[in-house]
Amino acid sequence: MCLAVPGKILDIYETNGLLMGKIDFGGVTCEACLTFVPEAKVGDYTIIHVGFALNLIDEKEALETLALLDEISKQDTE
Amino acid sequence: MKFINEYRDAHLVLAVMDEIARIISQPWVVMEICGGQTHSIMKYGLDQLLPKGLELVHGPGCPVCVTSLEMIDKALAIAAQPGIIFTSYGDMLRVPGSDGDLFSVRASGADIRVVYSSLDAVKIAQENPDKQVVFFAIGFETTAPANAMSVIHAQKLGLNNFSQLISQVRVPPAIHAILGSPNNRVQGFMAAGHVCTVMGYWEYGPIAQKYKVPIVVTGFEPLDITQGILYVVRQLEKGTYEAENAYARVVSYEGNQAAQRIINQIFEDCDQKWRGIGNIPLSGWKLKHEFRDFDAAERFQVQMIKPSESPLCIAGQILQGLNKPFECPAFANQCTPEHPLGATMVSSEGACAAYYRYGRSQ
Repeated sequence: MCLAVPGKILDIYETNGLLMGKIDFGGVTCEACLTFVPEAKVGDYTIIHVGFALNLIDEKEALETLALLDEISKQDTE
Repeated sequence: MKFINEYRDAHLVLAVMDEIARIISQPWVVMEICGGQTHSIMKYGLDQLLPKGLELVHGPGCPVCVTSLEMIDKALAIAAQPGIIFTSYGDMLRVPGSDGDLFSVRASGADIRVVYSSLDAVKIAQENPDKQVVFFAIGFETTAPANAMSVIHAQKLGLNNFSQLISQVRVPPAIHAILGSPNNRVQGFMAAGHVCTVMGYWEYGPIAQKYKVPIVVTGFEPLDITQGILYVVRQLEKGTYEAENAYARVVSYEGNQAAQRIINQIFEDCDQKWRGIGNIPLSGWKLKHEFRDFDAAERFQVQMIKPSESPLCIAGQILQGLNKPFECPAFANQCTPEHPLGATMVSSEGACAAYYRYGRSQ
């Protein structure tokens, strides 16, 4: 149930008074509600759950985590 | 796909597993709260890569599994009434009630529709003004903002034919219940990443301190989970007990403020019954008084039958990490995903379904 999938925002618009967006999931696109991420811009990555964006994905944090784990993996092979 | 492939890197997963094996000095029992994490662990075989002595037990973070039997029975009774379109997330349709499931009610002629989003249910209400549309609003904190938003949206559209049958549950009271139990075995937690995406993890520091257990916010890809395990084990070995974040690309300490505002606008805390576990104080949300017009349980008075659970099913024990699915005598014989005795065998997040699907029979 708490499955949420990352996707890229292709378009932002308003429907019926709701902030909506077109989201690309690696080739498959679908519509999602962006009301909880009002700061979203086209090109941002977001995480979608039952048709709603729960948050934007922080690329800087993502890269830092990967660098940290990569560091651990190098220590390990030494 | 960006933000997925990097976190499925087998080389990195194995390296982090090696690090876990290097630092571990004694047996530990760690619980992953969320059923989505349980499925990832089984799907990628992470349980088979763990160093000896490190045991993962599976938590109650499966809303389909913990929605109370009485609530399922109520859903079946409302859905069977004429003039109603009953809408639900797909997972709920095969969850056994005392007498049948939503599929069997649909087979008897009821109009029951699977929706992907609560907003789809609102749209169905707009398109069917002569019908009452009920949405089965189940979920943890992750799903609460979406469920709440559909009430706000329906109110804005002036719809008087839309209501929700609500079974919202929250993680922190469940962690309290598990850690406060005299049977508890859990020494560290991986908290549910998407619950924390909405709520942040400020609620978990005081729990970690009170029970002296580390709680690490963890994501869902294999590398995320391995990282979560590493952080928990690291704290256990050091003897620290902090709330820590291993899913920082998505989760912040405060969580999503806009989503929390909507939750606080329409919901208030209530006691909640968890299937197989029992009542957990203040572990649920219900609609505030001013939104009670949208409460399907108030709008539709239904004749309730006496709830009756399968005498064989031990789902409650499994949801608290006290038993493994294969320890249930009914597992994979009387109870299968096609003929489930309990909700943990139905849901795509249930521990029994994960053990069945990925062949963990011992």
